Amino acid sequence: MKQPFNPTYPKLYFYRRIVQAKLFIDQHYTENIELRGIAGEAFYSKFHFIRKFKEVYQRTPHQYLSSLRIEQAMKLLAGGMSVAEVCAAVGFEELSSFSRLFKHRTGVNPSVYQSQQQTLQKRIAEAPLTLVPHCFAYQYGVVEKEQFQTNGI
Amino acid sequence: MTHMNIFVLDQDRALDFYTNKLGLKVIIDVPMNKDARWLTVGTLEQPGFEINLTPVHKSILHSEDTAETLRNLISKGTFGVGIFTCTDIMATYEELKAKGVEFIKPPTKEFYGTEALFKDDSGNWFSLAQLTPVNA
Repeated sequence: MKQPFNPTYPKLYFYRRIVQAKLFIDQHYTENIELRGIAGEAFYSKFHFIRKFKEVYQRTPHQYLSSLRIEQAMKLLAGGMSVAEVCAAVGFEELSSFSRLFKHRTGVNPSVYQSQQQTLQKRIAEAPLTLVPHCFAYQYGVVEKEQFQTNGI
Repeated sequence: MTHMNIFVLDQDRALDFYTNKLGLKVIIDVPMNKDARWLTVGTLEQPGFEINLTPVHKSILHSEDTAETLRNLISKGTFGVGIFTCTDIMATYEELKAKGVEFIKPPTKEFYGTEALFKDDSGNWFSLAQLTPVNA
C-alpha cells in the first residue's frame, strides 16, 4: 500500500505558515495591509517571506494581493457599484493605478467592463434563453424539442 | 473542450463550494426555471473552459426514479469526475483543508506526481495533483 506523502514537520510547518498568510490576505485584502504585517502573520522576515510565498504561489504577495483585489473589483463592478467606489472598496488608493492594473488583468478598462456586464445582465433578464445552450434547456423542459432541433444544435 | 457538466445535488450549495472553497469564478448564471439555472464556473487562468454545475432533477433525460438513483450514487461518492492540477500540492492541500474541504486521500507520491483525492459538497470526487513533467 502506498504511503501518504509525509513531509517532515518543519516542511509541513512551513506550508501551514505560508497558507495562513495567504488566507490572511484573502480576509484583509480591502484593508491597507502592509507586507510586514503579512510576513509577521507567517513569522517570517519580509524578504524571506516574499521568497517563500513566491516559491509556493509563483507570484509575490503583492502580486497576489493585486490580483485578488481586481477579481473582487470585477464582482463589484458587475453589481453596479461606481468605478471610484469599487477602487476604494477593494483597497486601492489611486484610481489611476486601479484602472491600469484592471486593464492589464482583464484587457478592458473598469468602465468598459462594467458596461459589458450591464449589457449581459440586461440580456439575462430579458432574453435568458439566448445565453443557454438549447440542449441543456431542453432537458429541463424550458424549450420545446422543435426549438431545440430547428436551432440545429 | 470548452464545457463539461458536473451533476450536483444542490446548485446553491455547489456554487458556494466551487467558488468559496475551490476558488473558481462564476462565468455565467442564468435562471431558467425553479429547478435549474445555467450556472458555469471557471478560472481566469484557463479562459474558455467552463464547468456547468448541473442539478439532478426529473427532466426529459431523467425520470424521477433515474434522478433519485443518480442522486444516491453521487452522494455515495460513486463518481470520480476529474483532475485539478496545481503547482504546489501541499500548499493547496493545506489551504483546502483549512477551508473545510473533505479529503479522502492525503497527498501521496505516484509515478506521475503527487496526488490527493477530495470530495465536493455533493459527493463527487476529484484528484488534486501536482504532476511530474513527463520528461523529468
